[in-house]
Amino acid sequence: MRGEALAVYARSGGTPSAGLPLSRGHSDHPVQVAGTTLLADPDGALFWPEEKLLVVADLHLEKGSAFAKRGVLLPPYDTASTLARLARLVEHYAPRILIALGDSFHDDGGPLRMSDLDRIKLKGLQRGRDWVWIAGNHDPDLPPDIGGRFADTLSIGGLTFRHEPSARESSGAIDGEIAGHLHPVARVAQRGRAVSRRCFAADGRRMVMPAFGAYAGGLNVCHPAIGGLFGVPTFTVHMLGAQRLYAISAERCLPD
Amino acid sequence: MPLALPSLFLRWFASRGWTPRAHQLDLLAKAQTGRSVLLIAPTGGGKTLAGFLPSLVELSGKPIDLGPGGLEKRQRGKLLSTGRELRREGGLHTLYISPLKALAVDIARNLEAPVAEMALPIRIETRTGDTPVSKRQRQRRDPPDILLTTPEQLALLLASADAPYLFGSLKRVILDELHALVLSKRGDLLSLGLARLFRHAPDLTTIGLSATVAEPAELARFLVPQRSDSPPAHADLIVAEAGAQPNVTMLDTRERLPWAGHSARHALTEIYQFIAAQKTTLVFVNTRSQAEAIFQQLWHINDDNLAIALHHGSLDVAQRRKVETAMAAGRLRAVVCTSSLDLGIDWGDVDLVINVGAPKGASRLLQRIGRANHRMDEPSKGVLVPANRFEVLECRAALDAIAENAQDTPPLRTGALDVLAQHVLGCACGEPFLSQELYAEVTTAAPYAALTRADFDAVVDFVASGGYALRAYDRFARIREGKDGRWRIANPNVAQRYRLNVGTIVEADMLKVRLVRSRGARAIPRGGRLLGEVEEYFVETMVPGDTFVFSGQILKYEALVEDAVYVSRATSEDPKVPAYEGGKFPLSTYLAARVRGIVAHPQEWGALPPQVREWLEIQQWRSQMPGPRELLVETFPRANKHYLICYPFEGRLAHQTLGMLLTRRLERARLRPLGFVANEYALAVWGLGDAAQRIARGELRLDDLFAQDMLGDDLETWLAESALMKRTFRNCAIIAGLIERRFPGEEKSRRQVTISTDLVYDVLRSHQPDHVLLRAARADAATGLLDVRRVAEMLSRIHGRIIHKALDHVSPLAVPVMLEIGREMVYGEASDALLAEAADELVKEAMQ
Repeated sequence: MRGEALAVYARSGGTPSAGLPLSRGHSDHPVQVAGTTLLADPDGALFWPEEKLLVVADLHLEKGSAFAKRGVLLPPYDTASTLARLARLVEHYAPRILIALGDSFHDDGGPLRMSDLDRIKLKGLQRGRDWVWIAGNHDPDLPPDIGGRFADTLSIGGLTFRHEPSARESSGAIDGEIAGHLHPVARVAQRGRAVSRRCFAADGRRMVMPAFGAYAGGLNVCHPAIGGLFGVPTFTVHMLGAQRLYAISAERCLPD
Repeated sequence: MPLALPSLFLRWFASRGWTPRAHQLDLLAKAQTGRSVLLIAPTGGGKTLAGFLPSLVELSGKPIDLGPGGLEKRQRGKLLSTGRELRREGGLHTLYISPLKALAVDIARNLEAPVAEMALPIRIETRTGDTPVSKRQRQRRDPPDILLTTPEQLALLLASADAPYLFGSLKRVILDELHALVLSKRGDLLSLGLARLFRHAPDLTTIGLSATVAEPAELARFLVPQRSDSPPAHADLIVAEAGAQPNVTMLDTRERLPWAGHSARHALTEIYQFIAAQKTTLVFVNTRSQAEAIFQQLWHINDDNLAIALHHGSLDVAQRRKVETAMAAGRLRAVVCTSSLDLGIDWGDVDLVINVGAPKGASRLLQRIGRANHRMDEPSKGVLVPANRFEVLECRAALDAIAENAQDTPPLRTGALDVLAQHVLGCACGEPFLSQELYAEVTTAAPYAALTRADFDAVVDFVASGGYALRAYDRFARIREGKDGRWRIANPNVAQRYRLNVGTIVEADMLKVRLVRSRGARAIPRGGRLLGEVEEYFVETMVPGDTFVFSGQILKYEALVEDAVYVSRATSEDPKVPAYEGGKFPLSTYLAARVRGIVAHPQEWGALPPQVREWLEIQQWRSQMPGPRELLVETFPRANKHYLICYPFEGRLAHQTLGMLLTRRLERARLRPLGFVANEYALAVWGLGDAAQRIARGELRLDDLFAQDMLGDDLETWLAESALMKRTFRNCAIIAGLIERRFPGEEKSRRQVTISTDLVYDVLRSHQPDHVLLRAARADAATGLLDVRRVAEMLSRIHGRIIHKALDHVSPLAVPVMLEIGREMVYGEASDALLAEAADELVKEAMQ
């Protein structure tokens, strides 16, 4: 028999859990990429304090309405929900630069379907900072009136921001790469129970960020598409928790 | 009474050596005067024949063309135009609806005999998911006289433009196993279909066939249209003469009765002896894991090589059919089965029913034991085998209930809103509807009689454009209101999707189990023999290398590839993962009350086995026994932790919910709870803080801890993250048509492609908490996996009646639940704590 006791409700060291407000903390969870220290946020964003730079990946705005167009009438609140979470991060970190790491809209038609209210919210977030849309495979060609600047990749200091991670063979290029696209999710078992969470995947040289969008799905980190990006020995996943992140060795992660 | 049964039929009964039974003639007479009837009769009472007799008699009286070609010619008959197609004159006369496809097919076969032997000019056909497309199309054009089908197929037939023509001629609907159908959302769907049939054929009458229920009048409402301005309408009730009183006993085991667990391993030899002494035995158990375990252990001691088979809902269909066929042919000595055999084909010569474990409900138990009823006048024989001491109490309560002929079937459901949404879309697929008219029609269905117009409109709005306060999707609407005020589908695609998603049975995501040879660490196996299916959530808890029992063998989990779990035969004797909880029933409130009654009244303990009596007596001496309306709370320290045990006797689901809520409160009271475990009778919570001391100092009042307001904010906060609630929501979303069912072949890489209902739940809950789907999910949670209603009733019952016993060590009554610690697997909610533990390992590793 696996597991010691039925820990339906288990107390974690010092983490108050029951009945707390739902707002997340912004614990400091430093992660090194190519010698640069970045802070991973439990909400799935990445902050670079020296540059006052905030990165979010795969917002997939207007995914709900993209489904609705095809007859699956998902609640139309995903954009508002994603932007509200982003607004909390922007308020907390007050970034000088914000990078949306591609697939920011679920499709190029997304901006047209956006409600006026959400558009105003987005404009508000863009105001007073440099806002960069990295092109993704879902949104290669966003309309210019969405505001901000557009780029395929962006390099700052020792880091390169792009949507799709480069293949491992393209040696050299991968050092300092921060990418999205793959929506990594890690699954670990403990006491006979498995837990799945969105996560950052990183090995010190490069990083794949979790998807930020409210309706974005996930891909298990054991999938070769993710595992293949990192060399031996292994990489670390930083799983998103309610208040903090949990660093776990990829070797310990389970496939679906 | 009119001369009901024509001489042709009397002769046929006589040729069989039968006499028509009183209830068969009563039913015929009532049906002939145009009444709808509910027939309550025990198994083996000729119930099905009674149901069909009125239709057979009516149809036998039709003029027969005896010219060349005879019957054949009559059946071709005259063709009429339906406006779209041609159909035969006369049309569909009787519709028979059963909960099981197999039952419909079996009944059709049984009707062949009287029809052939009396040379009746009646065509009888079935229509199920297996019926070929060509035959289905022909059935619309040229319907049989009697069609046997399922609730889902009825919904599909109603959602087509042909429906008014197909059902315009309908005279009668026969609903079989009505007591079982009305318990679920299938019953809701059926009630709405029935309301529609009454509109197409206003002179329609119904016949309901049912086992004995607690409230026959409730069921009788289901069968006839209700009217908002009148008191409830009822079908006439006929209660067949009860068969002989069943002969049910409890096994008085020679072995030591276990304190906990459900394996009944102690009684295995005795069960085997029963099987050996009878011709055919059914061994009913409550869960699939129990079925697996008992089957395996019986074969372990099966020195006589008796033909003992296994039957449960997860086994491959072909394998199940094989067992059923062998059983019908009398080739089996015993079948170990779950509720998968509660309903269905009458095998006729079962001698004994053994019910292993807790009976859960008196009526359910009676129905199971009724499966051993060859002939009405012979008593059916049943043996109850309790698997632990608490189950002895439950068995005793069930025996008393049977002796008193008490029934505990649940009350009629309130129609679910997600099912209504599916029906509304189906109606639009059939023909454009006016809101006012459809509302009036829907409220004639008994489960929806109290539906408000506002709720109905909210459902229509949901079907049209999602029902979102933010009217973002009006341009993507699935149904639209035309200038004539009628709602119609926006495009043909909508109807196609409706047809693929019809029905209310949402299976948990299932994975195929395939047996392969173990190939060591890396090779990904393919192919392999199909053993059956398991729930995805069960597999999610396993790691490759884990062993579990399935399909009567111990298997090792090798790998998961797409939609299949690959397993190999394990060499170990002891499966590592014990829990596979398919098909559990909650303890009925009625039996729960009876069990509390037994516990509270020592004078009744005389009827219990000595071991159990002794156990209760020591409990009374060491601690206390609660009165029937009281709640006993015990506290004691053990191994540096403080335990709080309470005994609500309300079933595991309600206790789990209570456990979740209670730990939140203990946390707030700074009692630092660490975990809890629930069984059917009790709940144990443990932590670092000493609750007894706080109670003694007057700092903590148990009345506050168990106050009803825990169902307010605490419940809401928990529901926000509860995995059980998310599963409930997913089912509603699929039934209501928000998201689509998954179909075979579409499973590949679904995680990336499909939308997760958990994410949808989170978003919807925070933006539109009163959305119709969330309301539907909450209504389900009240009675389903969270059993919130029962917790509420319990909290109100015990208010001001809580007895606290501060003990210095564990009490006898607490032993069973304490033994469950580490044994039960439950969906937990504290996943963050588990992650923290996993992360700590990395830290340790780094620090080495």
